[in-house]
Amino acid sequence: MRFFEYEAREVVKRAGIPVTDYGFTTEASEAKQIAERIGGPTVIKSQVLTGGRMKAGGVKFADTPEEAEAHARDILALEINGHMPRGVLVDPKAEVAQEYYAGVVWDGTRKQPVMIFSPVGGIDIEQVAEEQPEKVGRRHFSNILPLSDFEAKEVIASTGVTGSALNKLVPIVTRLAKLFVENDMTLAEINPLGQLKDGSFVALDAHMDIENEARGRHKKLLADLGVGDEETRQAREATPFELAGEEVDATDHRGVAGNVTEFDGNLGLVIGAGGGSLTLFDAVRAHGGEPANYCEIGGNPSVAKACGLAKLVLQKPGVDKIAVMMSIVSNTRVDIVARGVIKACLELGYDPAEKIAIFRIPGAWEEEGFKILEKYGVEYADRSVSLNEAARRAVEKIQGVAP
Amino acid sequence: MSILIDAETTFIVQGITGREAVNLTRECLDYGAGAKIVGGVTPGRLGREVHGVPVFDTVAQAVEHHGAPIDGSVVTVPPAFTKDAVFEAIENGIKLIVIVTERIPRRDVAQMVELATLRGARIIGPNCLGIIVPDVIKMGGIGGPARNAAQAYTPGPIGVISRSGGMTTEMSSTLSASGLGQSTAVSIGGDAIIGSSYAELMPQFEADEQTQGIVIYTEPGGRMEAELAHWVTEDNSRLPIVAFMAGRFMDEMPGMSFGHAGTIVEGKEDTATEKIARLAQAGITVAERIEDIPDLIGAKIAERSAV
Repeated sequence: MRFFEYEAREVVKRAGIPVTDYGFTTEASEAKQIAERIGGPTVIKSQVLTGGRMKAGGVKFADTPEEAEAHARDILALEINGHMPRGVLVDPKAEVAQEYYAGVVWDGTRKQPVMIFSPVGGIDIEQVAEEQPEKVGRRHFSNILPLSDFEAKEVIASTGVTGSALNKLVPIVTRLAKLFVENDMTLAEINPLGQLKDGSFVALDAHMDIENEARGRHKKLLADLGVGDEETRQAREATPFELAGEEVDATDHRGVAGNVTEFDGNLGLVIGAGGGSLTLFDAVRAHGGEPANYCEIGGNPSVAKACGLAKLVLQKPGVDKIAVMMSIVSNTRVDIVARGVIKACLELGYDPAEKIAIFRIPGAWEEEGFKILEKYGVEYADRSVSLNEAARRAVEKIQGVAP
Repeated sequence: MSILIDAETTFIVQGITGREAVNLTRECLDYGAGAKIVGGVTPGRLGREVHGVPVFDTVAQAVEHHGAPIDGSVVTVPPAFTKDAVFEAIENGIKLIVIVTERIPRRDVAQMVELATLRGARIIGPNCLGIIVPDVIKMGGIGGPARNAAQAYTPGPIGVISRSGGMTTEMSSTLSASGLGQSTAVSIGGDAIIGSSYAELMPQFEADEQTQGIVIYTEPGGRMEAELAHWVTEDNSRLPIVAFMAGRFMDEMPGMSFGHAGTIVEGKEDTATEKIARLAQAGITVAERIEDIPDLIGAKIAERSAV
């Protein structure tokens, strides 16, 4: 989960890394008060979870508190890439002598975190790596040995930085690496890390991403930052349809019948499991089908949950039919899913044979499942029919439906 | 032969009294020659039995009871306790650990993998279904109940490596239906950091005489396919590889996670398009459809043996 800049800066501050005397607000009038407190030129920055805010006019400079208020008012009303800002950050306009970069990310191949440092900051680090590779230092560090200052020293020194700057930077980079590990971050980046005229360093912007799976062990931090459990901060906000999918999945703790993503087609999908869903979604589109949704079933959900998911998809406006398809199941029971989807059709007053374009779930308890499907006249397929062929048949059926 | 496990492999199940673990134990005992499950561990349950398998409080007790080193462990404990369980297994001399548990933060996974590397142990998973050697042994829930597993998996020349547990079975079943059995199939897990990647398993398959070709299932997200492409190019592998790439639609939806925790497009290198290009460059054929895989790998094997 991505943090807003004002949250990331708070995380940086708590880790003992110097930050400017900034303020965050959702009110233009308060922006003025913050600027008054700062007493000098300020920068007003939109707080959005998307890039390119500078270009979009989401960052403005102000010489007076009145100007800060006016800019804040504009920026608070400015949508950037479809995102409305959470608020604005009012930051003292620092007298920066040089901009540096410091970051920590995971290296999934080496399976260790890696510190990245560069004396060229303020721009995208990937661009620096491409244009001036000698100016980017990288160093992996152990997951189980204690983190030690010399590791940061090595990575900074490897970029040619020495003198008092080196000695001032070592604790900053070490603390950044420590906060990355302790907070289960997947990205912790200070860019730019500004060196002021007096030689001291201060974090001028920060990007932080915390791993979703680890949110449970950082409840206090998230509560302090005001991040609610319901805030997923996916690339786009969940739609009401997707939220309803989560509700279905939360009906009971047995298995999964959810992970719904909304699309705008006419073919409803009740599909699984993880890999099977990805394969099937591709297959439907490859045959010219237009899915109404993506979802996942797995881990042997209850009849109620399978039914709930099928109902949700069937009731989605514009859905003509559903296709119920999974890769060969060994844990999920075919008969339970069959019961669930038929129950959904019947309860909504539909004929299952009409509404279910195809049922292709082979595997555990398939004989029982196929018996039920036969009784209701639903077209089904066993493992001799590929995922791709099942998707093709579903698309063919729905394209035969008169608009 | 096979890789990682064979009929003689002994293993324990950590978290054996959990609902899924009880089923998994039954499945493994019933499959093939019957797995040598020499114990189970659930703290506080010493003295119980699960399908005849003795339950212990600690891994050390299981090793002592067995009277010899134990080869492997299937770990099925909740995410918050997994790291401790895996450390316990490693520190008690276990060299092959299959982690079934999902939703483990990657810091914990990275710690487990690093300790395993220090101790000369190997981790498969997390978020995986384990390993199967058709008609011989299975270690983990892969393929499900013995009867279902026997329906999908048959012995033969193909090594299967997959980021999706279910798709391991779907692909193996398709291969079996075309008369191409499997030497060993490994479900490696769907997380961003896993114990054993494609490239890390390739030397094992390379050394296995039975294996003549490799089939992999891949998804967007991560650098594992690039690592494989690099390995294949550098190491001049004798094994032809056919890959299937699912989740192509995700290229249009950066930042959205689908399917598995590690399946998310975060940068250009993560996309299906980029990965397909990389794999192709390394001479790995990327199948458009699962049903095309048997012919593609069959032809590649024939091509190699004709040289």
